[in-house]
Amino acid sequence: MIRRIPFRFDGREYRGHERDTLSSALLANGVRIVGRSFKYHRPRGIFGYGADEPNALFQLGDEPNCRGGLTPLTAGLDARGQNAWPSVGFDLGAVAGLAAPLLPAGFYYKTFMAPRRLWPLYEGLIRRAAGLGRAPRAPDPHRYDTRHAHVEVLVVGGGPAGIAAAMAAAAPGRRVMLVDDGARLGLMAGDPDARIGGQPAADWLAAREAELAAMPDVTLLRRATAYAVSDSGRVDVIQHLDGGGARQCRWVLHAGRIILATGAQERPLVFADNDRPGVMLASAARAYATRHAALPGRRAVIFTGDDGAYGTALALQAAGVEIEAVVDPRPHAGPLAEAARTAGIRCLPGQVVVKALGARGVKGCLARPIEGGAMRRLNADTLLVSGGFTPNLQLFTQAGGRTGFDEGSGAFLPVAGSTAVECVGGCAGAVSLAEALAHSLPPDAMPAVEEAIPAPPSTLSVMPKPRGLRGKRFIDLHNDVTVEDLNLAVREGFGHIEQVKRYTTLGMGTDQGRTSGLIGAGHAAGQMGRALADVGVTRPRPPVSPVTFGALAGGHVGPNMAPSRVTPIQPWHDANGARMAQVGSWRRPQLYPRAHETDQQAIDREVLNTRTAVGIVDVSTLGKFDLRGRDVPELLNRVYVNAWSNLPVGRCRYGVMLREDGMVLDDGTTSRLGENHYVMTVTTGNAERVQAHLDRLLQLAWPELDVRLTPVTEQWAAIGIAGPRAREVLAALAEFDVSDAALPYMALAQGQVVGIPARVFRISFSGERAYEVNVPAQHGQALWEAAMAAGAQHGIMPYGTEAMLTMRAEKGFFMPGFEADGRTTLDDLGLGRMMSRKKGCVGQAALRRPAFAAPDRKQMVGLLTLDAAQPMPRGAQIVADGPSIGHITAGLYSATLERWIALALVEGGRARMGETLTATAPMAGQSVPVRVVDPVFLDPEGERLRG
Amino acid sequence: MDIFDPVTAFSFLNLARNALTGHRNWARMWRSPPPQPAYDVVLVGGGGHGLATAYYLAKLHGIRRAAVLEKSWLGGGNTGRNTTMVRSNYLLRPNAMFYEHSLKLWEGLSGELNYNVMFSQRGCITLAHTQSDLTGLMRRGNAMRLNGIDAELLDREALARRLPALDLSPTARLPVLGGLEQPRAGTARHDAVAWGYARAADAMGVDIIQNCEVTGIRREGGRVTGVETTLGFIAAPKVGLCVAGSSGLLGAMAGLRLPIETHVLQAMVSEPVKPVLDAVVASGALHFYASQSDKGELVMGGDIDGHNSYAQRGSPVPLDHAVESCLALFPAFSRLRQLRSWGGLMDMTMDGSPIIAKTPVEGLYLNGGWCYGGFKATPAGGWCFAHTIARDEPHALNAPFSLDRFATGALIDERGAGATPWLH
Amino acid sequence: MLIPCPHCGPRAAEEFEYGGDASAPPTIPTEATPEQAHAALHLRANPRGPHRELWYHAAGCRQWFTARRDTLTHRFLAEAP
Ligand SMILES: Cc1cc2nc3c(=O)[nH]c(=O)nc-3n(C[C@H](O)[C@H](O)[C@H](O)COP(=O)(O)OP(=O)(O)OC[C@H]3O[C@@H](n4cnc5c(N)ncnc54)[C@H](O)[C@@H]3O)c2cc1C
Ligand SMILES: [Zn+2]
Repeated sequence: MIRRIPFRFDGREYRGHERDTLSSALLANGVRIVGRSFKYHRPRGIFGYGADEPNALFQLGDEPNCRGGLTPLTAGLDARGQNAWPSVGFDLGAVAGLAAPLLPAGFYYKTFMAPRRLWPLYEGLIRRAAGLGRAPRAPDPHRYDTRHAHVEVLVVGGGPAGIAAAMAAAAPGRRVMLVDDGARLGLMAGDPDARIGGQPAADWLAAREAELAAMPDVTLLRRATAYAVSDSGRVDVIQHLDGGGARQCRWVLHAGRIILATGAQERPLVFADNDRPGVMLASAARAYATRHAALPGRRAVIFTGDDGAYGTALALQAAGVEIEAVVDPRPHAGPLAEAARTAGIRCLPGQVVVKALGARGVKGCLARPIEGGAMRRLNADTLLVSGGFTPNLQLFTQAGGRTGFDEGSGAFLPVAGSTAVECVGGCAGAVSLAEALAHSLPPDAMPAVEEAIPAPPSTLSVMPKPRGLRGKRFIDLHNDVTVEDLNLAVREGFGHIEQVKRYTTLGMGTDQGRTSGLIGAGHAAGQMGRALADVGVTRPRPPVSPVTFGALAGGHVGPNMAPSRVTPIQPWHDANGARMAQVGSWRRPQLYPRAHETDQQAIDREVLNTRTAVGIVDVSTLGKFDLRGRDVPELLNRVYVNAWSNLPVGRCRYGVMLREDGMVLDDGTTSRLGENHYVMTVTTGNAERVQAHLDRLLQLAWPELDVRLTPVTEQWAAIGIAGPRAREVLAALAEFDVSDAALPYMALAQGQVVGIPARVFRISFSGERAYEVNVPAQHGQALWEAAMAAGAQHGIMPYGTEAMLTMRAEKGFFMPGFEADGRTTLDDLGLGRMMSRKKGCVGQAALRRPAFAAPDRKQMVGLLTLDAAQPMPRGAQIVADGPSIGHITAGLYSATLERWIALALVEGGRARMGETLTATAPMAGQSVPVRVVDPVFLDPEGERLRG
Repeated sequence: MDIFDPVTAFSFLNLARNALTGHRNWARMWRSPPPQPAYDVVLVGGGGHGLATAYYLAKLHGIRRAAVLEKSWLGGGNTGRNTTMVRSNYLLRPNAMFYEHSLKLWEGLSGELNYNVMFSQRGCITLAHTQSDLTGLMRRGNAMRLNGIDAELLDREALARRLPALDLSPTARLPVLGGLEQPRAGTARHDAVAWGYARAADAMGVDIIQNCEVTGIRREGGRVTGVETTLGFIAAPKVGLCVAGSSGLLGAMAGLRLPIETHVLQAMVSEPVKPVLDAVVASGALHFYASQSDKGELVMGGDIDGHNSYAQRGSPVPLDHAVESCLALFPAFSRLRQLRSWGGLMDMTMDGSPIIAKTPVEGLYLNGGWCYGGFKATPAGGWCFAHTIARDEPHALNAPFSLDRFATGALIDERGAGATPWLH
Repeated sequence: MLIPCPHCGPRAAEEFEYGGDASAPPTIPTEATPEQAHAALHLRANPRGPHRELWYHAAGCRQWFTARRDTLTHRFLAEAP
């Protein structure tokens, strides 16, 4: 294959071909140093093939930590090495290597303590030295999709075991899904000449895969990684997509049966300087060579404790790599070793590599007999390692599966039946193709398999360091954790593997210990003098491999981060300059500023116009419940503090509801539309809560009540028309009598309003004569426009939530969320007298606890600044002298009263009427004397309401 | 052993000296003794609170015949699972005074323990997305100031300087209008807190016993006499429970039903990147917070899953929501990756505030109900609990955090959510 | 997590609201003493294992129902007889 596609690495131009990944292309171009290590900034080369890669992590433009093996090569790709300055080739951070003796595991716990004031400086240095790539600065140009699917059988992993499992599961009408990330490293770790059903193994696999793909009920997700298993058989998968659409798709799957065929991870071997560029996992090297025509080097030493790497030696030799030697600690290996010898490859049984040579790239290694003895030098530019295989059981343990130690393979294997999730193939301990297939296929469906059966692997991982040899032995390349670090942790008394992990950061890198975990645990166990079976390994956490945030968020970004509700009158608000604000889930007009008006001026105008002429407000967001049935009054009696038995048809009443714990929950009006028909309104932000509350009471506590509750918030648009001229406006719209006699305060009427069936409630939240007109939602905007037209001659103006809040404060009406903050009682709000003595209600019993009778409870009061023009400090606390005794819940300028006013909760407030206190906002440096007054600032007799 | 012994103490000098011998001569950080038959005080739970309590009992109250019993490994509970936010920016006075005491202890903790707990006072910024959020933050900040706690209001310009990655566009779905910063707040290294207290307590003679699960609480005539454990009976006239999410189970062993529910809270980290977020950032509206660890990982958390759970793992949904929230505030982080997530057992109380108190059983004391916030409370929780156990009465700082406040109604409900632990 | 709504079948947990210990009284009677109110409000079962609890299918059929679920495994169990 000719390499024609141009790409750049650290500013230099290279070329690759269309089947390259970034890593394979760099290998093919002979690039050795691709990154710098996390702690010591040592030069590092490509080591793995996929998500296990510790070194080849690149900055791709704005995106950090991109694994080279998982990055398809594209023309113009511009990659940079990470954790190095100025470049990976020459990195000033490498001085950390010189200081290495001072940087054992956990050194930072032992130093930087004195003098205390210097810690921030030290910390800054630590922080700058740590971290991998640079976080993106620019917005992500990509889109990410989310899809949901339900399947009967989900198979994770598309190697021989996964294909066999899918074949066994597939049946007409049974939805089967096979998720495969395409690595199939199992094939790179065994006999290169293996045949299944008379075909080369890879061909057989491809043919079966094609058959599966053709089945209507089987879905194949390619380039897809299952990264998490959670309750109810949920599996989350990330699929990488090409082409113009979304970059990744996150699948949320629910599966009846989950079969893991996730294979096994090749482990490295640990010896002095085992991190030099040119040291690589054997299966990775083989995959690069056979799949991408990218040779890891010219001359290789292979150090293995496992037969598979002899296959790699053969495959690489066939691809043109000279094999210097295969070093194997075992005295005897299986038939593949024989084949290698026959092919002229020098095999060194009973030997181990103790040190890699060469600083910026492997130049060879030192090997010696396992039991000690003279060292020999082997010359090579590549050192491939294979330390056996660790089953990939991350998903299995996430699903609650238990594992047991297997002496033979030196690894932990799944304990069948410990969770509903099943394992087949390499992750279940299979060491041959035949075994992997037989986990799923019944004997009569088994194809013939010809392969070399491996001899038992060596379980030796950490090589001794001969006297006089220098060089760090890395257990975890991701975080630069060495053998000495583990020894220190054990010596200092960390007796549990999870503690060793935390102290040394073993397995906390981007592969979560996939390559290092077992080796580290084995070594630590040895140091503790305990068995690995007993010490165990650390628990990998979801996700199995890192997942892009964008893919997790899917479409929930930007304006769609959370849904936003609008009323049917929104188009008018938009067209007429409303300033919108988010109030809970709703968007509501805050004010309608005119040109050259300040916000305060706009609010003042809206308030004054409503108080002197007429205002109109969109209150469609108020929660509304339709209540029907014989027992509605009984329900109301039980949930509201006041009595409801005698509300006549055509009348409205105000009520307050309590939570079970006695705190005020909500307030609002309920109106009787007919004999057994009521409508209840609740505060905008409380609609869901009150609905759940009422449903719970009706369904669980009082199922005997004949009440049917239907939420109708969105079915009705609601418009408030308020002000001294409100009746004139309404009269021009309504096709029925709206005189005070026919429609007095707290009454309702039903009829046509500009030809629309409507309900008109004479209730008020502003303290003015006011009508709330409800019409079916689709007519909301028409009604609004008709009211604006009819009101023009009366000076009608829309008002927003700011003016509404100002007018309610002038009237001293409490609001949930402000005064009713979840800690206040009815009595705290000054409404104790509303509580009916004739009947009980929800929350009453809890109020008998002694603390609710304390005289120093915070009570709602009004406050006036002594100087009318003096603003109330925002967010102020109230003090007498000493600590805070209360706080302002709403402080604002009242254009009506031409002065600043506030509502506040003050300890023992009602006994303080007339006292002068201080409203203080220390953050703003403001302290203002205020007088405690009644919270009703305007029209305490309610004359304006009644007209 | 003396943690301040010039030869064995942790210091740069001794680090350098040990470098010469390949760090082969460091001592064990704590012993691993078998349990004695009896102690003056037995503390159940080897998390931060149990260990800190042991330390202050020995240090301030002279009670050294004490043991900490841990069923698994030190610091393996919530102490080693939390997102390490340390702050005292509370509205209600009992909380403010208690957590501020804790923050002051944090400020001297590395020196006190001769163990660098990496307390990083990088500031904690709470964001306001609406005008009423902003007023609420001002109210909180002003209350903090009156309680002697540092608090600063940040306007949008200041936020742009402090948090360059923050999306300040006015049309954002959740626009940022301002923020409240507590500059002295920050993060610490959670494991180091457990290890540091363990080492210091051990040095004063406290026995720290791992792999020792308490399976029963023995009582005679309404008095505690000791605990049954997987290593046998251990007698003690005073037993302190510091078991976080297991409080309900231990309470039941003494015949108590506690106002605590156990829930799961999850957290996650991203892959490490170079410094990009230099403060703890929180948003009340989003129920979200994030910081960047010294290792470079973005550490973030959100809401509890919202149902009773002892599973130490949860649903992907709350974490997805945390990621969505993160991207709402920092859209550029979209191409960072989630590296690791985990869950812990939360001891949620009915008013969202902790319990550090005597119980109706004589000699039995409770430190629990920490909800989301017990890590930052570790020093003061241990300090107050040690006082309560040693004197058999609470200190003024923890007197409000009594067990009977639920019965009397003197609740400390910072969120005003009522007796619905899953909403706190 | 999928929650088996008795009316709608298994549905995603996000559609539900949690209601806690099902053995707590659904409402506290007005005549209850302060101690009874306290117990009903605050002293809930908190088992490690099977738990009878309330769920509300808020974004579905709007029904409250009782379910048994193991708090250690999150698995829903058949209602005990
Ligand atoms: C995801 C997450 C994020 C958090 N974020 C923060 C944060 O940012 N800031 C903050 O302040 N707080 C946070 N918290 C809360 C904080 O972690 C806890 O409140 C705090 O660590 C509790 O400490 P502890 O010592 O009481 O509990 P733990 O550390 O849990 O210790 C309790 C110990 O008791 C042991 N135990 C239990 N039963 C027994 C028994 N029968 N016998 C013997 N031993 C037993 C356990 O094994 C455990 O080790 C978070 C919690 C979680 C889960
Ligand atoms: Zn339903």
